[in-house]
Amino acid sequence: MGIADITFYAFAVTLLGAGFLVTVSRNPVHSVLWLILCFLSAAGLFVLLGAEFIAMLLIIVYVGAVAVLFLFVVMMLDVNFAALRGEMARYFPLAAVVGLVLLMQMALLFGSWQEAEGARDLRQAVTPDMAETHNTKALGMILYDQYFLLFQVAGLILLVAMIGAIVLTLRHRKDVKRQDVVAQMHRDPAKAMELKDVKPGQGLG
Amino acid sequence: MNEFLNTGLGITVLIAAQSLLVVGFVMISLIFLVYADRKVWAAVQMRRGPNVVGPWGLLQTFADAIKFVVKEVVIPAGVDRPVYFLAPLLSFVLAMLAWAVIPFNDGWVLADINVAILFVFAITSLEVYGVIMGGWASNSKYAFLGSLRSAAQMVSYEVSLGLIIIGVIISTGSMNFGAIVAAQDTGWGLLGWYWLPHLPMVMLFFISCLAETNRPPFDLPEAESELVAGFMVEYGSTPYLLFMAGEYIAIFLMCALISLLFFGGWLSPIPGLPDGFHWMFLKMAFFFFMFAMVKAIVPRYRYDQLMRIGWKVFLPMSLAWVVVIAFLAKFEVAGGFWARWAIGG
Repeated sequence: MGIADITFYAFAVTLLGAGFLVTVSRNPVHSVLWLILCFLSAAGLFVLLGAEFIAMLLIIVYVGAVAVLFLFVVMMLDVNFAALRGEMARYFPLAAVVGLVLLMQMALLFGSWQEAEGARDLRQAVTPDMAETHNTKALGMILYDQYFLLFQVAGLILLVAMIGAIVLTLRHRKDVKRQDVVAQMHRDPAKAMELKDVKPGQGLG
Repeated sequence: MNEFLNTGLGITVLIAAQSLLVVGFVMISLIFLVYADRKVWAAVQMRRGPNVVGPWGLLQTFADAIKFVVKEVVIPAGVDRPVYFLAPLLSFVLAMLAWAVIPFNDGWVLADINVAILFVFAITSLEVYGVIMGGWASNSKYAFLGSLRSAAQMVSYEVSLGLIIIGVIISTGSMNFGAIVAAQDTGWGLLGWYWLPHLPMVMLFFISCLAETNRPPFDLPEAESELVAGFMVEYGSTPYLLFMAGEYIAIFLMCALISLLFFGGWLSPIPGLPDGFHWMFLKMAFFFFMFAMVKAIVPRYRYDQLMRIGWKVFLPMSLAWVVVIAFLAKFEVAGGFWARWAIGG
């Protein structure tokens, strides 16, 4: 067993173990932390496959941003998870049936998986030769040259989703004081205040 | 000897020795950086700063470190023990980890990988976990508020940091630090470095680094006046020392990053003088001095102002700059001033 095999098994075992612990942890914050370990091990597996660009993106996007927001939300939640778990026993038979059906469907799917004769060659045809270029460049070429339109459309769909989320949550509150930084910086001190020489005992009248 | 170095064990020993060298360099720099930070701060405020332990107080940081290590570890009631101890370890180890891909001279790098800059970026984006976990596990309101602030702050400024880095990557055509520095070696010395073509972004990058490393004026996660000491409030002894060390190592890493990306790394500023490690070190020391000066001079921001700058000023500016750079590089404006593919990547 070479060093690559040992590394693969280390990452794979960590990934599965952490994934299992995500589901069984009593504390939801611990679950998210195990989930982060999952992501990191998956990134390690990507590096072993030679896909270092995807590995780094996985860490930056999922661990660095998405999981932080998860953690953010889970920490702020004030839900009694012990009580929720107590109810789990009641629904366990139903969940088991759903799980079994899903498992059977997947078994059927993968059991009857067939590939067309030329599918493998067609897939290979769009991939640049990995001996000549590294995978960041190869990925860029596929995304921006060959599938440019699809890539842009995917971006547009994400933009629509983003605007939708903003429209749903945006509300302008009229009753709060706001700071207008630009207006503040353009204020003229001469107009903003006035110096008066007040005589003792007289006031401004 | 050479035969031994080609065996599996030999390679392991070699890598271990190189790693120790880098760790040693970073740790020794760290000790004197903390001292330098305090001295600069003191000089600005017309104080003497540390001047008792050793000549000119040079050994003050050693004394502090020993004090922290021999202190008793006090664990507050109700903390989440594993996470409580994992947090400072994480923030220290992650800060150290990114140094694996930082080159100090041509070819002086532990791991010369293609996606080096993405690796550094990924590791710095992980550093937020030390802060969040520490704040949450401490079971204290102040610590928790500090960690929430830092989560939002670091995620926000990462976006503009990433976009600025993309500009540099477009100019170079590679994500390897060696290639990025090589692309700045135009024979013009100082004027060939990326700070000139990427001028507005250098400023943005520096400020984003301040926010990303929780340095003043953006040290909201540990604002003493509001949150006592933020996410570190329940820590003492060695765990606290690890948090502090992690923070300074992250700052030093940002200094290295600015030197490599915009100021030519180990290249000499004057054409003709030999390039080398000393230039890299001088540049890093200079940017650390800038960090220290900002800490001494600029008052702390308000939290909403911090968020406003990040999302409403830096993000649009850096996003627009990526588009501009893409055009300038694609059409090789000004004789390929922004497109250094030929000499770099």
